Amino acid sequence: MYQTPGAIFGRVILYSILIIAAIYFLIPFLVMVITSLKSMNDIRTGYLISWPREVTLDAWKEAWGSACIGVKCEGIKGYFWNSVRMVIPAVLISTIMGAANGYVFSKWRFRGSETFFSCLLLGCFIPFQVILLPMASTLGRLGIAQSVTGLIVVHTVYGLAFTSLFFRNFYVTIPDALVKAAKIDGAGFFRIFWKIILPVSIPIFVVSIIWQMTQIWNDFLFGVAFSGGDSQPVTVALNNLVNTSTGVKKYNVDMAAAIIAGLPTLFVYIVVGKYFLRGLTAGAVKG
Amino acid sequence: MASLTITDVNKAFGLVAVLKGINLRIESGELLVLVGPSGCGKSTLLNLIAGLESITSGEIKIGDRVVNNIRPKDRDIAMVFQSYALYPNMKVRQNLAFGLETRRVPAAQIEETIQRVAHTLQISELLDRKPSQLSGGQRQRVAMGRALARDPAVFLFDEPLSNLDAKLRVEMRTEIKLLHQRIKTTIVYVTHDQIEAMTLADRIAIMKDGIIQQFDTPQQIYDNPSNLFVAGFIGSPSMNFIPCRIAKRGQQLGVFLETGNGRSFFLPMEQSSMKLDAWIDREIILGIRPEKISHGFAGQRENPQIHEIEIVVKVLEPTGPDTIVFVDINNKEVTCRANPNAVKHPGEPMTLMIDVSQAILFDPETEERVGA
Repeated sequence: MYQTPGAIFGRVILYSILIIAAIYFLIPFLVMVITSLKSMNDIRTGYLISWPREVTLDAWKEAWGSACIGVKCEGIKGYFWNSVRMVIPAVLISTIMGAANGYVFSKWRFRGSETFFSCLLLGCFIPFQVILLPMASTLGRLGIAQSVTGLIVVHTVYGLAFTSLFFRNFYVTIPDALVKAAKIDGAGFFRIFWKIILPVSIPIFVVSIIWQMTQIWNDFLFGVAFSGGDSQPVTVALNNLVNTSTGVKKYNVDMAAAIIAGLPTLFVYIVVGKYFLRGLTAGAVKG
Repeated sequence: MASLTITDVNKAFGLVAVLKGINLRIESGELLVLVGPSGCGKSTLLNLIAGLESITSGEIKIGDRVVNNIRPKDRDIAMVFQSYALYPNMKVRQNLAFGLETRRVPAAQIEETIQRVAHTLQISELLDRKPSQLSGGQRQRVAMGRALARDPAVFLFDEPLSNLDAKLRVEMRTEIKLLHQRIKTTIVYVTHDQIEAMTLADRIAIMKDGIIQQFDTPQQIYDNPSNLFVAGFIGSPSMNFIPCRIAKRGQQLGVFLETGNGRSFFLPMEQSSMKLDAWIDREIILGIRPEKISHGFAGQRENPQIHEIEIVVKVLEPTGPDTIVFVDINNKEVTCRANPNAVKHPGEPMTLMIDVSQAILFDPETEERVGA
């Protein structure tokens, strides 16, 4: 297809701006990666953005297994697994309960269910800081303060508002006639959910799982407030690692630890991100 | 198979009464069509029969069993939805089997039923497809197949043809009629299309504003509509409603028709003259079907019910077999059905014959039929 010189010029400008913007956003990450691959000698003598003279994974090994956090020098691996043990149950429970909530709010409405739903939605707008004290006291009474279990409970409760909203809005786009037909076919509440509704819910499950996973993995405030010592998630450990100074500041170790802490969410986004966008717009355009 | 009896049924959503005192009864094997404009309550009534909504007061009986408080699945009914409502994640085979599996029918019997239904509806080659891979007409068949597989006492159809294109709709209409003749199950069929109602029904219930206007056989409803609404709703083109004044000429009661240019024709109304005395010099509405005003009728010379008028043609609409002629009578636009070869051009005068044997008079205030 022939293009006018003006159109080509426009394209060039457009791509230039996009590439510059992409570089601008990627440079900090690049600096992190480069720094994490340098030795301390290299860092002391070179520039911030110079390439490593010798690529070494020592900093990664140290960050993972032997860096000092507080008085313990075992790296962030224990805390990384804390996060994993916290995120998986919290994401699954809040997503499944959100699916059930959304199913009820859209297909089994009862007197006052809209009001109930609006109240639940308020949960999306409550700032984390507001509930710190009451939640701390609640966890204390339940006997799960300072534990991974406590964090799972907090994140599940806090996530329900969002997951219920996701699923409810998705299920509203599924025709009610499907549920009616299944009722006449003799199926009850759970059979309809299991056999008819869940099989068509995969896009919204992906959305909910990515959203919850990112929120819970990246959370710092609940982690720092409701965990202690051995139950800290990786975000809190990272902060402590960077703030633990024994003589020299090991930038390469800090950077490696930061990348490790961020890898899971990055991984999830890259692998299933396209489903996320697809799922978010699924209800908007009827297909 | 079962009869269906609906007695004094009311339904209100909050303070809004949607159905007011519905009474219907159809015998086992009959096809009842509920027809009316949107918002008349016909779909709500169907949902009440299905048990998807609860009734406010009254009684619904399927066979000899009152089903007011029985859940949909235990009412022995099956329903075909306007949107088909096929389970999108299941293949056609599983769609047909779902209701049977839920009822714990043995697998061998399910397979047998699927084969039988698929054969009846000619969907055998579609059994392993998903609903998204089917055309509209095929989905329609599968939806009917799902209902057939259950072999219920009563079938409920909720506007099943309105999502199909015009040609397919006519084909499926005939198929539904054939199907009904073959299986002879009681059917309740909801539609807003009066032609569907006329062609399919053993009995029609015409509804408006939550009230049944008339409940009768299609021919009775066409020939003897009980009020203006029913008369205007059934029939295409619809019945002409000509405002007139009852007059007495000699010993005859009748109406005058003004056809323009000062021409006036007297139309005797003999069949109900007994009750028309009270209407002399009062406004009345003459209802007459388009096919009763034509270029001519067989045996018109001898028939005292057929009268001749002179009129100017306004517009012609050829339909092929007939041409619809638009004229003005008493300053009201009137449609007539005439032979294409016998009509004059617009603007020219034409002689039309009016057969008043089935003309109907309506009270313009109550809109009810007069003197029936």
